[in-house]
Amino acid sequence: MALSLPAIMRTTAARLSALYFLLFALCAVLLVFYMTSLSARMLTGQTQQTINDEVLGLARAYQRGGLPVLVRVVEQRSRQPGANLYLIADANGQILTGNVQSLEPGVLETDGWTTEPFSYRRFGEGELERQRNQAADPNGAPPGETEIQVEGEKGHNAIALVLRLPNQMIMLVGRDLGEPERFRAVIRRALMLALGMMGLGGLLIWFFVGRAALKRIDSVSEASRRIMGGDLTGRLPVTGAGDEFDRLSENLNTMLARIATLNEGLKQVSDNIAHDLKTPLTRLRNRAEATLSGKHKTTDYRQALEGTIAESDQLIKTFNAILMISRLEAGYSSESTSKVDLAAAVRDVVELYEPVAEEAVVALETSVDGDFTVNGNRELIGQALSNIVDNAIKYSTDATEKPAVRVALQRVGHEIRLSVADNGHGIPDDADRARVTERFVRLEKSRSQPGSGLGLSLAKAIMTFHNGKLELLPANPGLSVIMSFPAREDH
Amino acid sequence: MKILVIEDDREAADYMQKAFAEAGHTAHVAGDGETGFALADAGDYDVMVVDRMMPRRDGLSVIAGLRSRGNTTPVLILSALGEVDDRVTGLRAGGDDYLTKPYAFSELLARVEVLNRRASAREAETVYRVGDLELDRLSHSVKRAAREITLQPREFRLLEYLMRHAGQVVTRTMLLENVWDYHFDPQTNVIDVHVSRLRGKIEKGFDKPILHTVRGAGYMLKS
Repeated sequence: MALSLPAIMRTTAARLSALYFLLFALCAVLLVFYMTSLSARMLTGQTQQTINDEVLGLARAYQRGGLPVLVRVVEQRSRQPGANLYLIADANGQILTGNVQSLEPGVLETDGWTTEPFSYRRFGEGELERQRNQAADPNGAPPGETEIQVEGEKGHNAIALVLRLPNQMIMLVGRDLGEPERFRAVIRRALMLALGMMGLGGLLIWFFVGRAALKRIDSVSEASRRIMGGDLTGRLPVTGAGDEFDRLSENLNTMLARIATLNEGLKQVSDNIAHDLKTPLTRLRNRAEATLSGKHKTTDYRQALEGTIAESDQLIKTFNAILMISRLEAGYSSESTSKVDLAAAVRDVVELYEPVAEEAVVALETSVDGDFTVNGNRELIGQALSNIVDNAIKYSTDATEKPAVRVALQRVGHEIRLSVADNGHGIPDDADRARVTERFVRLEKSRSQPGSGLGLSLAKAIMTFHNGKLELLPANPGLSVIMSFPAREDH
Repeated sequence: MKILVIEDDREAADYMQKAFAEAGHTAHVAGDGETGFALADAGDYDVMVVDRMMPRRDGLSVIAGLRSRGNTTPVLILSALGEVDDRVTGLRAGGDDYLTKPYAFSELLARVEVLNRRASAREAETVYRVGDLELDRLSHSVKRAAREITLQPREFRLLEYLMRHAGQVVTRTMLLENVWDYHFDPQTNVIDVHVSRLRGKIEKGFDKPILHTVRGAGYMLKS
């Protein structure tokens, strides 16, 4: 599958993958941000609570023994590992004691909670002692110097509560923000990782699922291109997986088969028209030409014109029959069906043909008693049956015994069988019997009889329309034509 | 008889007009549905011949429109659509008869004459009389010159139809449609055999023929 990138991006699979990926990513980012901010706020609250508790303890110490006790407690707590930040400074901000070596300037100037996290530097474990000694000596190195040293390096961040003692000294209790920041960093890393994995996963899914679907669609469109190219026998690939693609392909294949059938029917009709209507048309034309050339009497013209009309009528009949056959066979006839009393329909046709049979000295016998209801069209059934009865009467006249045609109705299983049997010579040859329902097929013997060669084809098409079938069986002697209708279910 | 032909095929309409004139009728032609509707609505016609597929307004809509305005002029629908269901649709829209193209003019003429509303007042009569032939529709009895004639039920219906349209040409197709209710063309001319059988019964033993064959068209019952 050699597709360029824009071509890939035009595919539905790629577009859907990209859309899903974007939506997932957006949700993940929102969720992670919400969680981070929620946790950060919770951690800050916890920090403030711890500081408050510390301050409360220190305040109690101050109340108990004034500044000396407070300083002692502060020093004690400062020394503990992982301790909070403690600082006591004089009114000018000069650090007196605590575990903070230096601060961002300005932190001590405002009382209360620091509004922003500030940077600070804590005494190292070894330095702590020395600094404390220095702090005990107010004439030690000026703190400004220390601050300058610190400012160049990156300090830790903290939040703190700044309090002014009754003697104007400043006390700061704070807590390092290292923990929440580390937490945030972890979350951020996790988010990055998750997004990366999702991206990779999306690509993999698209590659395996989307590409597979694309391949199937490509093979279908490849096959349809071949079919469009004129190869109506081509079919879409069916993998046998029974999934949506297979169902689609199967339906399209059924559709193609239907189209092929219709196409075949159409081709046959045009072939028929070409072969079998050309002859009478030529005859018609020649007759007119012959009448025009040479001298003739008025009666000759009249005769020629009458012949022309008769021939045209026959042509129209043939043409109508062809149209009707192809419509019925193709299944787009608009004729409707309803409940038809087959016995009554048979009696009507037999009654119509009775005088004809009598004139031809053919005994027309019927055995149609009983209730035989089918779904169908009385007119079409009548037409099919009349063609068959007509044939039977015609071809029973050469019977060796007394010519007879028997019309019988009987139910066999889920079928209602209407049989018309004559005792003439029949059609002994199996191949001829199979062929005779094809359009325009007239067997040698029948060439002398009038007819278009469409009667049985029409009857067969009518039976197809009724979801039934038309069979020709040898009756020994004679021919038995059987029209089988599906019985109505409610019977 | 005054006939209105609503047909968009100019050549076919002209031919019809000429042929109707030769048969002794006056025919007016409208080339489309709207014009036809206006003419039919204004004029007093005995029969209308209406094509189904026409520009501006199709035939069925013209007929339905006229019927809804109380116009009861008999209508013969001409159509290329020849399936039984097309016929049913046409008759349901208010048509009185339906003829499929292509048709023979003799067939059209016979049907139009039978439709003629001035002539079709016989529907209500219980006894038909043609010369010395008498048919009683209630007692189902047939007499000629006071002599009883026994007919099969179908023969009775055949004679009844012929007598209702006595003096008019009745085609084989009309008989097949009205007596047998079939609209297809049987291969053999079965109708001829039925008619000749009926003729045997009502003419044999009487001196004057009464059921005449009209060459190239059909039959006519006439004293």
